[in-house]
Amino acid sequence: MIAAAPGLMTFITVFVLAGFVGYEVVSKVPSILHTPLMSGSNAIHGIILVGTMLVLGQAHGPAQMTLGFLAVVLATLNVVGGFVVTDRMLHMFKAKPTDRKRAADAESTDGPSGSGSSAGSGSGSGTPS
Amino acid sequence: MSRATATDLVYLVAIVGFILALKGLSSPKHARLGNLVGAGGMLVAVAWTFSLPAVYSHTRNLVLIILAVAIGAVIAIPAARLVKMTAMPQMVAIFNGVGGGAAALVSVTEFISVPGKSLAIYKICEILFGVLVGSVSLAGSSIAFAKLQEIMTGRPITYPAQQPINAAIGLAIVALLIVTVVTASTTVLVIVLVLSLVLGAIFVLPIGGADTPVLISLLNAFTGLAVAASGFTLDSTLLIVAGTLVGASGTLLTRMMSQAMGRSLPNILFSAFGSVVTASGEGPDAEGRSVRSGTAEDIGVLLAYARKVAIVPGYGLAVAQAQHTARELADALAARGVEVYYAIHPVAGRMPGHMNVLLAEANVPYDQLEEMDDANQDMATTDVALVVGANDTVNPAAKNTPGSPIYGMPIINADQATNIVFLKRSMRPGFAGIDNELLYDPKTTMLFGDAKDSLSKLVAAVKAA
Repeated sequence: MIAAAPGLMTFITVFVLAGFVGYEVVSKVPSILHTPLMSGSNAIHGIILVGTMLVLGQAHGPAQMTLGFLAVVLATLNVVGGFVVTDRMLHMFKAKPTDRKRAADAESTDGPSGSGSSAGSGSGSGTPS
Repeated sequence: MSRATATDLVYLVAIVGFILALKGLSSPKHARLGNLVGAGGMLVAVAWTFSLPAVYSHTRNLVLIILAVAIGAVIAIPAARLVKMTAMPQMVAIFNGVGGGAAALVSVTEFISVPGKSLAIYKICEILFGVLVGSVSLAGSSIAFAKLQEIMTGRPITYPAQQPINAAIGLAIVALLIVTVVTASTTVLVIVLVLSLVLGAIFVLPIGGADTPVLISLLNAFTGLAVAASGFTLDSTLLIVAGTLVGASGTLLTRMMSQAMGRSLPNILFSAFGSVVTASGEGPDAEGRSVRSGTAEDIGVLLAYARKVAIVPGYGLAVAQAQHTARELADALAARGVEVYYAIHPVAGRMPGHMNVLLAEANVPYDQLEEMDDANQDMATTDVALVVGANDTVNPAAKNTPGSPIYGMPIINADQATNIVFLKRSMRPGFAGIDNELLYDPKTTMLFGDAKDSLSKLVAAVKAA
């Protein structure tokens, strides 16, 4: 079977290697970037647009034309929507000073827990005040 | 240089762009640049494709292609630009679904364009894989969209004999796949397509709303694989590589997400989450217990005289578009010398990282955001935990009730703060559909109402205090 398809082995090789690259390239992602990464890779598989264009370009007859046309519309939605949504998400992560406040925290939490609560005058919580 | 070589080179540039995009998206510094590089690679690949004879040789087909791209862009741009930040997850779901649909259609069209028996067996297998996975992704993503958009209930949907029925449909598909390979019959392929859509839907129905983000990530990886299958069908290295990149990175991302929720992937997919009955049926009846609700003035005073306040935001804050008002409250408190920080659960909102995006939109300073582990260390010394529209992410049942569907999920330990204030619309349980013990805790005060209104009242009360 494989002898009948000279290109097939090359494609399978490419497929396997791409799998490893995909796995390695995102090995460490902070949780705040999970959503943008999902959305960004969602846009990348919109590359199916290239495939749909080739198929519709060679389509004959109403059935193929209709299916191909629908495929191009859907793929365009995937590409355009995917990149625009991702860009909007990432727009929110403008460069900001990210000084970690852990050190500052360690010193400010001097008193025993809850001792400073001023809840007494408020809603009268169950805390001894 | 021949045109074919040039095409390969251009597509290689696009591939490098996609790899750099994924790399960039994995670090906060280069994320935006990464996305732009990916978009650039896409633009180059698509623009070059228009120069190929296969695309422009039939004028009528070329016109159709341009028309279809225009229609897609005209729908997608406003949809993606205008959608509220809170509705982002379902947009990602639906954009992913249509990609899967496109991949399935490519495979089907390729199948019917070649007369009957002349397709090699491995070609038929590639086509079937594309149809199967693409359709599952399309149907699954559509159901996920409907759940997140609240067109249908976010709770797990179960029906009698669910497992046997699903297994039967799965087996039927396998049998039909074999029949298609042997007969190369278009009719059978169409049946496979329809059954794959059904399979995608029933695969997603029993998965609870809170798990939907992990599910979308998984379906995203599926679409990547469907695109890779289309690449095999069309002999396109570009599609194989791009699809596989997404398939592999998406699988890894799915695992990282389920780890962030403290659950294994099989558990999310097949536990039908919602033996909800067993979870809510235990313990004392909710009706029999009292909750304490306070006035905005009382709570305002409590906050104003605290030393350290944790704001624990959840999806309720997002739907009420209250992130700006939350920042006003934090500013008012900070002006009085109260130390304020935001305790961010990794899956607060509807997706991992969703809440960071929303708060960043409201210009909340980065250094006030604390991730869950940091926040939990500070919680014991916190005077007031102000829970705004969150519920499941602070539910102690995740630690204390082994039978609970969310048992094992890491939570924000709001219960360790000296006082807890819940801003909630009602006593209704959260997205996961389970009762929250913390609401009945004697340390807890409720302030019922829309999160934005409640926060505005609190801002006024803090300023008056």
